[in-house]
Parts: sequence; structure tokens; C-alpha cells
Amino acid sequence: MQRMETGLRTETITVNMGPQHPSTHGVFRMIVTLDGETIVDLEPVMGYLHRCQEKIGERNTYLQNIPYTDRLDYICSMSNNMAYVMAVEKLAQIEVPERAEYIRIIMVELTRIVNHMLAIGALLNDLGCFFTPMLYGLRERERILDLFEMASGSRMMCNYMRFGGVRYDLPPSFMAELKSVVAALPAFIDEFERLLTENEIVLVRCRGVGVLPPEKAIAYSCTGPLLRASGVDYDIRKVDSYSIYERFDFDVPLGRNGDVYDRYLVRIGEMRQSLRILEQAIEGIPEGEISVKLPRVFKPPEGDVYHRIESPKGELGFYLVSDGSTNPYRYKIRSPTFINLTVLPELCKGHKVADVVAILGSIDIVLGEVDR
Amino acid sequence: MSKEIYERLAKEFPESSLDYLEGKDPAISVNADDLFEMALHLKEKEGYDYLSAVTGVDYPDRFEVVYHLYSMRERKEPLILKVSASKEEPEVASVTPIWPGANFQEREVYDLVGIRFAGHPKLTRILLWEGYEGHPLRKDFPIEGHRAIGQEEPS
Repeated sequence: MQRMETGLRTETITVNMGPQHPSTHGVFRMIVTLDGETIVDLEPVMGYLHRCQEKIGERNTYLQNIPYTDRLDYICSMSNNMAYVMAVEKLAQIEVPERAEYIRIIMVELTRIVNHMLAIGALLNDLGCFFTPMLYGLRERERILDLFEMASGSRMMCNYMRFGGVRYDLPPSFMAELKSVVAALPAFIDEFERLLTENEIVLVRCRGVGVLPPEKAIAYSCTGPLLRASGVDYDIRKVDSYSIYERFDFDVPLGRNGDVYDRYLVRIGEMRQSLRILEQAIEGIPEGEISVKLPRVFKPPEGDVYHRIESPKGELGFYLVSDGSTNPYRYKIRSPTFINLTVLPELCKGHKVADVVAILGSIDIVLGEVDR
Repeated sequence: MSKEIYERLAKEFPESSLDYLEGKDPAISVNADDLFEMALHLKEKEGYDYLSAVTGVDYPDRFEVVYHLYSMRERKEPLILKVSASKEEPEVASVTPIWPGANFQEREVYDLVGIRFAGHPKLTRILLWEGYEGHPLRKDFPIEGHRAIGQEEPS
């Protein structure tokens, strides 16, 4: 209880935001302590979508785990596939053919564009701009999902990558369609930016909200656009280059202020950089094998590995312990958004309730991955 | 990779029993008693400012907590610390005061593997609900059978 200058007695109240709340992008609860409209304290509560993926992963064989990774971050199934198969490839020392590496890069970068479109669309939803930007994003996303369906047979749960390559070769019409999508996307991003970047409401609602200083971002293990919006130049594709990323020429967009607006700008910038990578990959993709032959009963040697990739949301890593059998002994998922949420209370304190929604939207969480 | 760091650490902490573990990802095995001091040293003096992942593993003879450390500012080689904990009373020091990013991850390890972290600001279950019995990622956790909420024994 505290006394304001007016002499009126005031009390803080505790409010549950969620688990069923349109702004929480799933079932996620925040216990918010409020002083009027101002956040005094915030505590995230998760686990409503917990499926014990890691325990299931120990029961499954290595191969059986790939479709489960689709269902972690269900917007970015291709990146999840890639992180997992690369961890197993590191464990079993499997070389991947060149064409498969290119196909993977194409898929993962398309996924990044899809994710950022939805992240921005959902952020604008949260800001009260209901569904116009979201549906613009979804409309373009559908063209990319058609590409995924051509290659893998499924729009969202792609289950496309395999140890040592990918499941199917690209169908004959794929490259032509990909070229037309990549050619059309810059105009779409320009349109998106025309609508939003200078939009006065977006500026007022996003600038200076949820500021994350770089030291704090590092201390709280933030990764992905959340970290780079604070100006920390740390992209795993550059720092700890994997697959064939060192062959591509691209920049890492950075923010300056670390607020919600910068996170939006970083995502727009990353979409443009992904398009640059895609253009180079379309140029460079060779003909050839798409996978290596592995024994029917796949048993990697004993040992433990950790492999991480720059997924659209941040550092996605898999820690695998093998005891030499057909199943992993331990299968740990280092999911980016779960760990990015650690900093959420720090970001929200002192802001208004309506800003919490924007800040959460700018972190870009997917509960399938947070709760696993 | 971490061989040099291992040698520097061994010089810095002559009394503690460090071990260099070869493997696909070489790691340093650390005594549970020295973990906090060593973690503080690694952050302050060696520049490991970014704790990526905290993992709990249930081995037949011990529990193990694995820390994956990187350096964002100095772009150093990754460093992996492994700490063993006893089967009966698994407990290691919390590194949340050093890297606040460990907060939720340690709660997750406590929740799913059942390793306690001494000095953690709020060590409660995070993914499962309060009052849940057992720690599912332990190898002795029953994976078959049914158990209603609140029921003691798996039937």
C-alpha cells in the first residue's frame, strides 16, 4: 500500500493475463501486479502446452524424432528439422551432399521470411491494427508454403530433412516458382514498410517501449532479433558458421535502441537479407545427389554433441547424448523463445498494461516451442 | 578447443579436481563445490558472458548438469562445463546470480530432472504444475500406465 501526493490511499492489484488471451499467441499466462495502469511486477507462467517432447525423444529412434521437431515451433518446421539433423550429423559424422546443403539453405531462409511476416503481423494485431497487416503477411506466406508443399508434401509440418540430406529432390517446376516468389517479395516488403515503418501509431506505440540494453540482453541469454535489436552483432550464421553459410554474402541488421520498434526494423531487414541469400542460392545450386545412404538401423557412435543454428527466433540448439543404441539417451532442445522470455519481466516493469502486449508480441514467442 | 582454458583454470584453481574430457565437443568436468567460483571467474576474467544452455542428464551412476558457454563480446571458442551430482540428493550451485539467463533453465532442470540449485531466487516447477510428483526426465520415471492427478502410485 502506498500513498500518493494527493493523499489518496492506493493499492496494487494482481491480474492474470491469460492463459486464454488473444494477445498471448497461445496459452501463456502472465501474473501482473499493477499500480493503476503501471506494471510493478510480472511473472510468466507457462507449461500449458507441455507435451514432454524430450522424454518422447528418448523413446523414439533418431529418425522418428524428425516429425516431432516440426511441432516445436510450428511456424518454422524447416529450421527445426535442420537444427536436429545437423546435430545428429555432427554426432555420427555424416557428410551432406552439396545440392542438399543448398536445398536446406533455401528452405531455411524461406522459413525466416515466413516467420518474420507472421511476427510482424501478430505484433500489429497486438497493437490494435487488427488483421490487415497480418493477412497481407499470410497472403505472401501462402506462396512460400506452396513451395514447401511442392518439395515436402506438406505446408507446415514439412518433415523434409533427413540425416545426410533431404527426403525428396525438388520437383521440376520448383525453381521457376521459387524465382517468381523471390522476385515478387521485395515489392511486398516495400509495401509492408510503406504501411508501417513511418506509421505514426506504430511509432508512438513502439518507440522507447520495452527497451533492452545490450548488457542486459547478453546477461539474460537473449538471442535472435531480440538481441540484435539491442545492437549486439551476434548472428550464429556469421559467428559460428554452419552448413554453407560462409559462401553467401549477407549483412546482419542491427538495431540501436533495443525497443519494440527496432525489433520490427531488424525483422524487416532480415527478410531482405534472406532474399539476398536466396538469390545467391538460386544462382549457385548444383545438380547432384540429395542425400547419402545410411544403414537401415541407424546407430550413431557413443558421445554427446551440441549443435546450434540461427533459427528465425534465435539460437535453436539440440544437445544429444548417445549410448550407441538406436535411441538418443538424452535429447534436449534449447528453444530460443523459452529463454528469451526470461527477460520479459525486466522489459515490462514501469510500462502500461497495453505495452505488455506489444512487448510480448515483439519477442515473438510460439508456445509449442516454449513449453515443448 | 578448451584445452588452453582448461590449463589456465587448473592453474587458477589448484585445489579443485578439474578434468579435461575428450569427445566431439571437448568439455571440462568441474567439482560441484567449485562451480560457482569457477563460473564467476569464467565470466569476469575469461569473458564468457553468454550462457547458452543448461541441461540435466540422468546417468546410471550420477546426475550431470551441462553448461554451454559462449562469448558474445569476444567471440571466443565455446566452453562446456560438466558438473556431477549425487543420485540421492542431487544439488549444485545456481549460476543465476552470475548469468540471469539461467533462471528459467535451472527451473526447468529442477522440474524435469529433479536437480536442486542452491541459491536460485525461485526454484519452483515451471512446465509442470505445482504438486506434480516425480521428475519425468529421470530414467526411473514410469513411461507406461495411468495415474490420475493426485493419485500416489502408478497403476
